[in-house]
Amino acid sequence: MSKVELKHIDKFYGEAHVLKDLNLTIEDGDFMTLLGPSGCGKTTTLRIISGLERPQNGVMLIDGVEMINAENAYYADPAKRGLNLVFQSYALWPHMTVHDNIAFGLKIQKLPKDEVDRRVRESLKMMRIEQYDGRYPNELSGGQQQRVAIARAVASNPKLLLLDEPLSNLDARLRIDMRSELQRLHRQLGTTIIYVTHDQTEALTMSTKIALYRAGELAQVATPMELYMNPCNLEAADFIGNPRINFLEGKAVYENGKLHVKTNIGEHDFDKSLMTDQEIPNGEFDVVVAVRPEQITFADATKPGAFPVKIYANQPAGSETLISLQAGESTFIAKAIGLVHYEIDQDVYIYIDPDKMNVYDAKSTNLIKRAVI
Amino acid sequence: MKGKVRKPFNKVRLKNQFLNLVTNPFNMIVFITLIVLFCLIVIPLFQMIASTFTLAKSETRRVAQPVGSFTLYYWKYMLTGTLSAATFWIPLKNSVMIGLFTVLVSLPLGSVLAWLVVRSDIPGKKLIGTLIVIPYMIPSWCKAISWLSVFRNARSGSLGLLAGMGIPIPDWLAYGPIAIVLCMSMHYYAFAYINVSSALRSINSELEEMGEICGATKPQILARITLPLVLPSILSSIIMTLSKSIGAYGVAANLGTRIGFYTLATKMKVFINDAPQGVGYAMSLVLIGIAALIIYSNQKLIGVRKSYATIGGKGGRSNDMKLGKAKVPLMIFIVVFLFVAMVMPMFVLIMETFQVTTGNGYGLNNLTLYNWIGTVDQAQTYTSYPGIFRNEKFLAAFWNTIKLTAIGSIITAICGQFLGYISTRGRGKWYGQLTEQLVFIPFLMPGVAFSAMYFAMFSVPHLGGLIPSLYGTFGMILITTVVKHFPFASRSGTSNMMQISTELEEAATLNGAGFWRRMQKIVLPLAKNGFISGFMLTFISVAKELDLIIIMMTPKTETLSYLAFTYSQDGLNQMADAISVFTLLFIVVCYVVAGRFGADLGKSW
Repeated sequence: MSKVELKHIDKFYGEAHVLKDLNLTIEDGDFMTLLGPSGCGKTTTLRIISGLERPQNGVMLIDGVEMINAENAYYADPAKRGLNLVFQSYALWPHMTVHDNIAFGLKIQKLPKDEVDRRVRESLKMMRIEQYDGRYPNELSGGQQQRVAIARAVASNPKLLLLDEPLSNLDARLRIDMRSELQRLHRQLGTTIIYVTHDQTEALTMSTKIALYRAGELAQVATPMELYMNPCNLEAADFIGNPRINFLEGKAVYENGKLHVKTNIGEHDFDKSLMTDQEIPNGEFDVVVAVRPEQITFADATKPGAFPVKIYANQPAGSETLISLQAGESTFIAKAIGLVHYEIDQDVYIYIDPDKMNVYDAKSTNLIKRAVI
Repeated sequence: MKGKVRKPFNKVRLKNQFLNLVTNPFNMIVFITLIVLFCLIVIPLFQMIASTFTLAKSETRRVAQPVGSFTLYYWKYMLTGTLSAATFWIPLKNSVMIGLFTVLVSLPLGSVLAWLVVRSDIPGKKLIGTLIVIPYMIPSWCKAISWLSVFRNARSGSLGLLAGMGIPIPDWLAYGPIAIVLCMSMHYYAFAYINVSSALRSINSELEEMGEICGATKPQILARITLPLVLPSILSSIIMTLSKSIGAYGVAANLGTRIGFYTLATKMKVFINDAPQGVGYAMSLVLIGIAALIIYSNQKLIGVRKSYATIGGKGGRSNDMKLGKAKVPLMIFIVVFLFVAMVMPMFVLIMETFQVTTGNGYGLNNLTLYNWIGTVDQAQTYTSYPGIFRNEKFLAAFWNTIKLTAIGSIITAICGQFLGYISTRGRGKWYGQLTEQLVFIPFLMPGVAFSAMYFAMFSVPHLGGLIPSLYGTFGMILITTVVKHFPFASRSGTSNMMQISTELEEAATLNGAGFWRRMQKIVLPLAKNGFISGFMLTFISVAKELDLIIIMMTPKTETLSYLAFTYSQDGLNQMADAISVFTLLFIVVCYVVAGRFGADLGKSW
């Protein structure tokens, strides 16, 4: 259990500025996911926290204790930070058995032999791989190696557990199993976990908080729900969600405490209480309205707010169906649960709850109207 | 705007920076390594350059200047003096000519053999593939000796096989440039063979099949698709062969000097042993310059093309080219080649060790075991040496060879792993690059030139006797051997260390292991196999060595290769043969053992 504070961290590789004045606080007990496309600096952040990488500027505190002070060129030894890391490649030592892999760090701490054995057994049991104790890593499957890597990391009772894209080498089914496994592990250990991934599903399903990266900077730090429902700008909105969020261009005016928005799917008024504290331009201005595919429902023509559209294409896929729709110049996608069938070019009515719409200022790309969660 | 600005002075930071630097053993090791490399490579080179501009005592008679003063005497002597044609320009021309002709013979030979073995449907591919690399295992000076056993004529006192059969062998065939070029080609075709065959293996046959689908004929596919794809490897074989053969000593000396045919390398040795040594050093600088020029031009040339040397990736399944009617003639060509290049000279060489008089047939009355186990009083000819197994010189040389090979290759292999560790962990950092570049320098130098450099450096005391004169000591030969093999050993160390992912070490760091414990528990156990194969390959190449150590030989430090060489020069042919055969057996045993440890023989020198 520990709280990590990163303040004004800068990291350069040669001329490349990889982390730009990064500020991030990870609360005690959080499952914090660092999310972003590859090359955005999330793994670098993890390596800086672990001590494998030294930033050029900035300060890091763990539980209030200074671990990094670049100003004084002070960098605490990785082993003295009370953390452990699970590598993307697992980094299991191929010449040691599973038991020896896990016991390695404990032996270095000079724990008595029976204590070492007890802890190894415990962590093997926790990861449910007791039977592989005497095997070598190359005699294990990818999923089993993964469990050994986690067992090795938790054996030293770290206050802070770091995971670097641990699921990326597993097949799709194992990944789902491991996600629930990790979630339970977090509950069981109560440790603060920092988890790096580029997979938004992993981020959304497991985390208590997500830090969304964009080119070495933080775009947004929020709970998974908040990040999904109210991405802070167009880029974040575009990155989060699968299938992608729909963007509809329109015009807006802010008058008398109300935001009046006009798009190809009709006109809507939004109350002041739903507005963010972003600055609103004067007069008429360009906006982008963002709607999640699952917020689009098919409705009777009689329902107030229902809007006529044309079916552009229909993609049933068993558990869900994606339907492409056309309204004027705009095309967008709706998602329906189960198998649904529409004819191409069929005319239908749809309804979108205005509360669930996000409105972005097209010029600044920032969110100006929030969705109600 | 926060950026990469210089931070203001801060006492605590300075202290911490210093502590970070000195408390990390890796930094200290890098630091010490760089100093050692600097002392072993850069300083000797400058020392040699300096000595070509500094007047030595022996020349004070001719130059009216005090000893140690700056002089251009040596360079003038070499380049423009009255004897410069004979001392420099003709040997230079000979060297270049031999290099070019060796390429001309060995490259087509090696490439064609490679293509036949990898791509064609020639029968018995596997066997041929194994046999073809055998000549490469034989040291080149052994080849010269077996050449002599076949082609020797009356000029050397005793006849070779052909002259003994009554076939007149003119000097121009027995000795000199033709003999040298052919002997070297029989050695260096292996460069082309190994390079081209591995390039051919990596080409995906789909690339060729696509050509076929587009309607190209087989010769067109060969010329327009296959050849351009292996061009980079052909170019680099040319460069390797050229730079090696220009500076080669053993073959050129044994087959050339007896008729007064000198190359730059053999002439250089004359000067270093006798009169103005400065001239010899200047010559070795020229040799180094030529080799460096060739290799760097190669890097410029290949640099752009390297990218597609790997295109095609795995190769996958490949369909052999049908040879059709050409199959039989090509089979005959390979059989004849193997017979002429390997079977016959080996047979003649081995048989000669049992002959009383060379070139006198294999009748029972001409066969003897004297050359192997005879005592002096049994001597039937004028030789005053006992057979090699009773010859103290031989036994001493054998012991010296074992000592040099074993100690030298252990040290080299250990250093190689260390250097490899530094260059892989420092990849992209200044010290990693610097290490790689420093280690690469000995590769640029022909063996004789390299040892000339050490000769210049260590044959006199330095630092007021702190480093004593090492002339004639085992230590000097050892250090020369070790440093000369650095590039090779560190390459094997690098590829070995590349396989140990840094994450394995980082994982240990996070578990609290310090540098030494990481080395002991993680790196060393994982590097073990690569270390053994690297060691075996170094062992073999040191055992074969002649060029590198010939300048430094004194009666006390003679090795097998040197003894065979001098016996051959002195006309003790059967003795020389017997030593060669013995050395060959020794090397073959080493190869077999190395193969057991999974060493890639294509990577040996």
